[in-house]
Amino acid sequence: MQRHKARAGILSAIFMGLGQIYNRQFIKGLMFIAVEAVALIYFISNLGRAFWGITTLGESPSRLEKVKGIAKMVPGDHSIVILIESLITLLFFVLFLIIWYMNIRDAYKIGAERENGRPSNTFKQSVRYILDYKFAQSFLLLPGMGILFFTIMPIIFMIMLAFTNYAAPNHIPPAKLVDWVGFETFRNLLVLKSWSHTFYGVLTWTIIWAVLSTVTTYFGGMLVALLISQKGIRFKGMWRMLLIIPYAIPQMISLLLMRNLFNGQFGPINQYLGYFGLGGLPWLTDPFWAKVTVIVVNMWVGIPVSMLLIMGVLTTIPRDMYEAAEVDGATNYQKFRIVTLPMILFSTAPTLIMQFAGNINNFNAIFLLTGGNPVNGNYQYAGSTDLLVTWLYKLTLDQNKNNMASAIGIILFIIVAGFSLYNYRRTKSFQEEDMIQ
Amino acid sequence: MIIGRKAANFIRLCLSYIVLVALAVAAIYPALWILLASFRPGKSLYSKTLIPETFTLAHYKELFTSPVYMFGTWYGNTLKIAVFSMLIGVVLTLLTSYALSRFRFRSRKTTMSTLLILGMFPGFMSMIAIYLLLKEFNLLDTHLALIIVYAAGAPLGGTLIAKGFLDTIPRSLDEAARIDGASNFGIFTRIILPLSRPMITYIALTLFVGPWVDFIFAKLILRTKENWTVAVGMWDMVNTMQNSNFTLFAAGAVLISVPIMILFAFLQRLLVDGLTAGASKG
Repeated sequence: MQRHKARAGILSAIFMGLGQIYNRQFIKGLMFIAVEAVALIYFISNLGRAFWGITTLGESPSRLEKVKGIAKMVPGDHSIVILIESLITLLFFVLFLIIWYMNIRDAYKIGAERENGRPSNTFKQSVRYILDYKFAQSFLLLPGMGILFFTIMPIIFMIMLAFTNYAAPNHIPPAKLVDWVGFETFRNLLVLKSWSHTFYGVLTWTIIWAVLSTVTTYFGGMLVALLISQKGIRFKGMWRMLLIIPYAIPQMISLLLMRNLFNGQFGPINQYLGYFGLGGLPWLTDPFWAKVTVIVVNMWVGIPVSMLLIMGVLTTIPRDMYEAAEVDGATNYQKFRIVTLPMILFSTAPTLIMQFAGNINNFNAIFLLTGGNPVNGNYQYAGSTDLLVTWLYKLTLDQNKNNMASAIGIILFIIVAGFSLYNYRRTKSFQEEDMIQ
Repeated sequence: MIIGRKAANFIRLCLSYIVLVALAVAAIYPALWILLASFRPGKSLYSKTLIPETFTLAHYKELFTSPVYMFGTWYGNTLKIAVFSMLIGVVLTLLTSYALSRFRFRSRKTTMSTLLILGMFPGFMSMIAIYLLLKEFNLLDTHLALIIVYAAGAPLGGTLIAKGFLDTIPRSLDEAARIDGASNFGIFTRIILPLSRPMITYIALTLFVGPWVDFIFAKLILRTKENWTVAVGMWDMVNTMQNSNFTLFAAGAVLISVPIMILFAFLQRLLVDGLTAGASKG
């Protein structure tokens, strides 16, 4: 009885691929050896610096030095670049560790097969095995890599930023270094009067906005859908086509267009109000009216989608339900309340909740329409219609208060993600999906 | 009694038509207004009447000939980025949703939850990191960078909806094909792909529209004016001019909206199917 599995496993642990070669899987073994060789070259020159970088965030800022009597700018460590380089190296390192672990497990498993007297797979057989049984995982590899580097890595990066002092005016590289400060940013945001006042103010408006904009578009859409699908209404297709137009115009365009329509001085809306002898309203410049405007405009943009959705649901409601209600002498209103409404609510509830979550993060609607303005003097860099998400945009790109923006981003993320995860885990398509087939 | 009911019915229909007409006017008016403004001589936002007294194509001509607005170049850039990121993005999204819908493997539900959560992240929080990452790879100010980032982000937005749709394609079809000797890949190309046309249309259209309207990220990445997309150009126009040349903006807006609206009109049927099938299953 030979002890192949332990030997192959240990060999693979020492140097990737050795175990596979021991198992007489030469092509696979050579591939693993190549991976390890590349990894060794990369990590020997980078790994030490990555650990140094992520703990210290650089040690020497740019400074003036006298070289032969002339003052010269010597570039120092750029903390943020160091942070991201270290992060990328460490991510590669984690990937390498995973491959290393898989390689050991593979050598061990094949060794075990050999102990049982089965010959190890040829390379062709291995490929077939992967295509037949590990298909999903290999399918997911490519999208997974993209998501890892363009979504997960940036998220880790920004979570880390919240724990640094990366903010104007004192800690902007390359002139100055950035340091770890722990939870100080969060403390400032939630407790320090100047920040917390803005934070709670903006948070309150964000929640009001999310509730109002979701409810108005949803019930607006429902109303329109019911109107069109009434018995006796003709040209149903035409009405739907006309009312769908706002959905087909790119949002960026339609919102910028609305900004001009509601322009207080020259916009047509105030002009028409003038024809009726009414004074113009400060649609975008008064804190209260600006809030009204964004909600009205959002209805214009959002109702068509809800309408489409609800019209789709209406066609699925069985006709006999209405007939049964008619037999019992139900009025139109009763039919709506007892049959239609519950059916619509039941099948669109998940979408409704997702829309709510989406509205919390509805950047375009606010940013393109009012830009968060009118300015609110009591706030730190925020205006009266700013949502958390537009506020953090201003903090990052206009004010360079990156750590504060990251902290707000994390809080926002926890609210939205918690909400939608809770909702999604409860939906049918997550829980009982296998029962549908 | 019967007459009373008829009258009530008549009144109800009349009221409904009135409301519908009002809604239709509200829906069309802004689009019509900007279309007509783009043909209006002069630059001002203000106009006495909705329909201009004379029509002119000068604003369209200016967009394409003026050295300040390289609208033709921007249009080409955007079209290129939109087409490529759409193609790659659709493939990535379909791969992900096919794997999640048809295969049962460990960590599958975790993958789905992760996708959902990651999609909830405020996008420009990650912009700084992506910017630095692209800088590391010397990809700043290239269209390739935008294509990669848009395509890589596509599975986050579309996978769960697409998966909901794929779940509705009966599994018995797969099994029949498998008995006939089709491989996993064969099932994907010959059965899943043809049957998920509404879904593919929906995803492709959302991905195609993205580059036409994304002005924040594109502005960060594309530094030189020749490389801009139309969205960046329009945003720049609005920001630098502050209503001083509204009719030019209107012409640009029409040029961006028209192709997208035509696509919507042609694909309306498929689009509605895709949207409702993906959503009603939640």
